[in-house]
Amino acid sequence: MKKNHYSRRTLLKGAAAAGLASAFPAPMIWAQDIKDITLRQFGTGVSNLNEVAQKVKEDLGFTLTMTALDSDAVTQRAATQPDSFDIADIEYWICKKVWPTGNLQAMDTSKIKNYDKIVGIFRSGKLTPESTVAQGTAPHTVGFTSGPGGKDFVQEESGWMTLIPTIYNADTLGIRPDLIGRPIESWTELLNPEFKGKASILDISSIGIMDAAMVCEAMGEITYGDKGNMTRGEIDRTMAIFTEAKKAGQFRAFWKTFDESVNLMASGEVVIQSMWSPAITAVKSRGIPCVYQPLKEGYRSWGGGIGLSARLDGLALEAAYEYINWYLSGWVGGFLMRQGYYSAVPETSKEFMSENEWGYWFEGKPAADTITNPQGQAMAQAGEVRDGGSFEERMGRVACWNSVMDENQYMVRKWNEFIAA
Amino acid sequence: MERILKSPNVTGWLLAAPLTLVLAAFLVLPIVMIVIVSFWTATDFSIVPAFSWENYAFLFGSEVTYRVFLNTFKYAAITWAVTLVLGFTVAYFLAFHVRSQTWQTALFLLCTIPFWTSNIIRMISWIPFLGRNGIANSTLISLGVIDEPLEWLLFSDFSVILAFVHLYTLFMVVPIFNTMMRIDRSLLEAASDAGASGFQTLWNVILPLTRPGIMIGSIFVITLVMGDFITVRFMSGSQAANVGRLISNDIALLQYPSASATAVVLLATVLLTIGILLRLVDIRKEL
Repeated sequence: MKKNHYSRRTLLKGAAAAGLASAFPAPMIWAQDIKDITLRQFGTGVSNLNEVAQKVKEDLGFTLTMTALDSDAVTQRAATQPDSFDIADIEYWICKKVWPTGNLQAMDTSKIKNYDKIVGIFRSGKLTPESTVAQGTAPHTVGFTSGPGGKDFVQEESGWMTLIPTIYNADTLGIRPDLIGRPIESWTELLNPEFKGKASILDISSIGIMDAAMVCEAMGEITYGDKGNMTRGEIDRTMAIFTEAKKAGQFRAFWKTFDESVNLMASGEVVIQSMWSPAITAVKSRGIPCVYQPLKEGYRSWGGGIGLSARLDGLALEAAYEYINWYLSGWVGGFLMRQGYYSAVPETSKEFMSENEWGYWFEGKPAADTITNPQGQAMAQAGEVRDGGSFEERMGRVACWNSVMDENQYMVRKWNEFIAA
Repeated sequence: MERILKSPNVTGWLLAAPLTLVLAAFLVLPIVMIVIVSFWTATDFSIVPAFSWENYAFLFGSEVTYRVFLNTFKYAAITWAVTLVLGFTVAYFLAFHVRSQTWQTALFLLCTIPFWTSNIIRMISWIPFLGRNGIANSTLISLGVIDEPLEWLLFSDFSVILAFVHLYTLFMVVPIFNTMMRIDRSLLEAASDAGASGFQTLWNVILPLTRPGIMIGSIFVITLVMGDFITVRFMSGSQAANVGRLISNDIALLQYPSASATAVVLLATVLLTIGILLRLVDIRKEL
């Protein structure tokens, strides 16, 4: 490991320098040593981008290695192999599972320069002072712990964060407007017999059940206490409705990976399905019409953040804080926003986006000119408006956050039965 | 010392030792671990050593288990039957109809061409072919055979079995072809001299003599199909389940003990099936 390269003495020097560095942030005394540091980040594919690693090398000088895994594997690794990573890029519901293992360390918010500018969702839980907190594992409920070494969650802004929020979005159903040919307004349409054999839902139990719950609630069949934490009875009734639909041939297929969802939609096998935002753009970039349809019952939302391994210390820890501050300082935010996600500190990202881009992605204004993604591919033509509108319109209408339930094991078994039915 | 080493007893043990050690370390030990873990319990993110029958109780208490095992057997049986007929026919053609050895080799190599690519690619390439707007449907529509695209071509039991047959027929062809090549040709002449028709020769001479090959092929196909999970997942569009998928779902959700229990039951089932097959033919005697 890289750490062993330092003797005790240089480590102490490093710590002292780091202390100095945080007191006087601008001149980095340890600038020579930092280029030897390698931080190992792993996480789900969404934000594990090679462009970010390259930019880190340019801007900060140290090396960031990225490993992308699916969310199950990420959970597993964060929970069982704390030595295999320095930085975990995980979702908040994964944090709820992993935090109690003590494999991540609490982060001091006083070292986070842009902490005050982080959107309310991740701090008080409210986007605006008037908004209500959605159901499920809302990020702020698992975002803070009692102090360094804490394994619990606290509900107020304690100054010690479990994850530093980085990326989030509001998910809904994707549709093929050309093959449907009429407006779609409600989650109930997923089980509409009109789309028999042409619907799909994702086969990742913790998220799939939430989409299923949105549908059942919209149908008026079930009223949930908390869609993100269902009772056994609610799980049974939800799965019963979906099993019946499955047996009647409602679903063409279930998907588990991003690519599968893109192929199902692009080939026309499926015309309405649960989908993720970049999958929509992937379909669109093939020249096939595809809409991320806003629905009247609201969105199912998710958020991710960066967590630090409990084993991280000394110079590497300071480098990690440097990385976090850099992450929130705008460049990454702009990069992510250009793909349709949101940044935790939108105002810093604004400086890294053109007025047209900011207007289209964040403010929901019609594009003044062609909108391109970071790879240069055209995403929208002049005059087009983002599906769902502005940041406030989309994030303000979150009905439920991705979550992990108390009855998780029971739910998983029921989900397996549904797949086998 | 030298005398000890030269004793046939010791030499025998020493010669057998490397294989024994390799098998013990890489086959027996992992299986023992799986059996042990199957009695452990799990929380959301960790597994806890214990001695609990809970995993087995849940497995045998759930109606889903029986349905999934039944489905696994169904896939295995249908795939076995189809690959047997196909494999036997192909091997028969290669062994008895193709006279020149050059052609035999050439045609045999031809059979292996699909194996030059990964089996995932071979499997996935069926998806665009069988899809609603795929080549199969558009061809049938343009020929006027059907008016509406056939939905059951893809993401159905049909497509799962089609992929299995495509992937595993060669495992049937090779051993059958091999045993057929060892059949003494004079036996066929004798049968014909004794007045047997072609079909009678096939049924009474060739078939009994190729039984070991058929049995080896069957063991390949049945164990491969019963242990598969990826083909079922992709070709059924995740809509069908077999035992392999139960195990892989459990692993994905960190439920290792429950996955181990399912694996142990699957292992026992497969061993039992093979045991029954071996009762029918004594492979060692006939090879």
